[in-house]
Amino acid sequence: MNVLVFLIPASLVLGGLGLAAFLWTLKSDQYDDLDGDAWRILSDNDEPPTND
Amino acid sequence: MSDSTACPACVGLPEGQLEKAASNGTTQIVLSLPGIHCVACINGVERALRAMDGVANARVNLSMKRVTVGTNQPVAPEAMIDALELAGYEARLLDTSLLGSDADAYGRGLLTKLAVSGFANMNIMLLSVAVWSGAVGATMHMFHWITACIAIPALIYSAQPFFESGWRGLKAGRLNMDVPISLAILLASGISLYETLYGGRHSYFDAAVTLTFFLLIGRYLDHRSRKAAASAAAQLSALEAPRVMRLRDGVRQMVDFGDLAIGDLVQVLPGGRIPVDGTITEGQSEIDRSLLTGESRPITARSGTSVTAGEVNITGPLTIRAATVGSDTTLRKMVTMVDEAEAVRNKYTAAADRAAAIYAPVVHLLALVAFIGWMLYSGDLRLSLNIAVAVLIITCPCAMGLAVPAVSTTAAGRLFRAGLLVKDGTALERLAEVDTVVFDKTGTLTMPAAARDALDAETQRIALALTQNATHPVSQAIAASLEGVAPATITGQQEHSGKGLSAIYQGQEVRLGSGAWLGTGRGTYIQIGVNKPQKITLRSELREGALKLVRDWQAMGLSVHLVSGDDLAETGAIAAQLGISDWKAETTPEDKIAYINDLSQAGAHVLMVGDGLNDTGALAAAHASVSPATAADASRAASDIVLLNDSLAPLTELPAVARAAKARIMENFTISTIYNVIAVPIALAGFATPLIASIAMSASSITVLLNALRLKGRV
Repeated sequence: MNVLVFLIPASLVLGGLGLAAFLWTLKSDQYDDLDGDAWRILSDNDEPPTND
Repeated sequence: MSDSTACPACVGLPEGQLEKAASNGTTQIVLSLPGIHCVACINGVERALRAMDGVANARVNLSMKRVTVGTNQPVAPEAMIDALELAGYEARLLDTSLLGSDADAYGRGLLTKLAVSGFANMNIMLLSVAVWSGAVGATMHMFHWITACIAIPALIYSAQPFFESGWRGLKAGRLNMDVPISLAILLASGISLYETLYGGRHSYFDAAVTLTFFLLIGRYLDHRSRKAAASAAAQLSALEAPRVMRLRDGVRQMVDFGDLAIGDLVQVLPGGRIPVDGTITEGQSEIDRSLLTGESRPITARSGTSVTAGEVNITGPLTIRAATVGSDTTLRKMVTMVDEAEAVRNKYTAAADRAAAIYAPVVHLLALVAFIGWMLYSGDLRLSLNIAVAVLIITCPCAMGLAVPAVSTTAAGRLFRAGLLVKDGTALERLAEVDTVVFDKTGTLTMPAAARDALDAETQRIALALTQNATHPVSQAIAASLEGVAPATITGQQEHSGKGLSAIYQGQEVRLGSGAWLGTGRGTYIQIGVNKPQKITLRSELREGALKLVRDWQAMGLSVHLVSGDDLAETGAIAAQLGISDWKAETTPEDKIAYINDLSQAGAHVLMVGDGLNDTGALAAAHASVSPATAADASRAASDIVLLNDSLAPLTELPAVARAAKARIMENFTISTIYNVIAVPIALAGFATPLIASIAMSASSITVLLNALRLKGRV
């Protein structure tokens, strides 16, 4: 049962990483224009993407 | 901004934007782009805007069909619209103050809460599965403690929407769905914390967190469809905020509609909508009154003619002296009338609320009965509380919370792909009840067109040559009806404002225009040289898909009516063509509302399909309403569903989808009731473990979601 001392914190940290990643995508407006982003990835536009 | 310093480009710029531009060097303008649909449009729009002087950045949002332009020096929005039009994209200025903040704080909050409860749920389930599979003693206690440490902060944060809404309901003296939800979460966490502290066997933290997670999914779906509806409505009203060309002391200036005073002179260019009620002081033109009256023929207007806000100026520039402004104009009065009619419809109770009204008291009673019953039977407070909590959790409307939003999101998505924008959350439920349809004629079922049969081949060629480049709707209708004819060679074309067109053909003058101008009766005529003028019959042509739509709806058992502001002969002809036996012509906007109300009082559930300002009141008064995207802004705002295409064909499946959606909602309620009927006796008898509670809850939620997804297929 000693293995739990490592496994439980490990699972919490990994889950926490996932949570942090999701919150980051939310904060950086990645869900604002789902249709547009789906198309943009296909276009070879030389202009650098801008974030505002 | 004084008149003396205004440069032509700055005249159109709201003052606030100028100040902002001066203070922090950057300002944002939002334009609506109704026509964009693909990656080429995105690149085209962004490139066209970035090429302009003063534009720092342009970012298209394809989902919202708008572009946000950042400028580092003042650029008139009108100049951007011109640049986009040159590049081939239709653009309109959006009043950002009406759109509200773009960042949807509540939606983001819900997503964050969803993520947090999902994270907590995942970890708690790992621990709970261990406990269910037989962890005992110190391991079980440790797991309960870790669970409590994760669950309590997660619940305090994520379950806020339910606590707030439940509390609001209680304060207003109502039991809404969130009261049993909040109670279940609070009691379950309370009893679990107590059990954890005193080393009990059962902890319901996993159930409380799972419940929160599933319910937040439903809440988010619900919020998303509401937000789409609200943003569509805001976009429509933002488009309505017109800027007006005011003439004062010989200076032309663009001002906000609200700044106009009685007696001001307003200039309206051809193609523009008249913003005020008033009298024409200068200019001669033709006016399209169809939005207000349904009358399809333009009328001639000259100095002294009274005009009404909402009419469209067609041929020549007009100067109008404003007699009423602001909220007193006919247009605004009509909007007020619409608001009043709408208030009646807002009394409609959604199925979910009706279910909650029955459900919430039953759940509370059951839990209370379980508690009192077990207290009397065993006298053990801890056991009785445990059982009451199990009953609350098992009956908790997890699936009920998902039943409606999951279905309406799927149905709205399906309709959107077919070209229908569902604006109102309860629209589908109301549409499913519809048994009578009332159509408006002009602009909805018909488009103006000219009959070509009466003219010989040569006249047809001349008529096409005259009309093909003209802007007047009658000219355009004539040109459209002569498609396929080779135009004749003519020279010296002239447009006579308010009269017609003239040109030279093979050395003789040809004229096409109003009967008055050509010295004959009413209507539109064409004259070659000094021959007798020939009449061009104008009639309404059915919109694409209109006949099939009416047939299909009649076959579905809907009773179809036609109500028009147009004259008897025209309306009768269209009604006969479509096989509609109930029709009424020459109606005023009030008549249309009365017609709908009469039908409603006779017990019918009326669907109104219309586009004009004269239909707006009727659209709002009807049980449900549809308007085409070409409709007046106010009409689109008043209707539940907007048809995005020109063709009426997508409307055919609308009642079927609405009925299927309603059937799915009812099935979902049945499914969750069946789960309860099985699980509640188990809980009441005291056999419910946290494992059984979790299984019942997850299984019913997943069944309900899968059932909703069936709407994507055939209906």
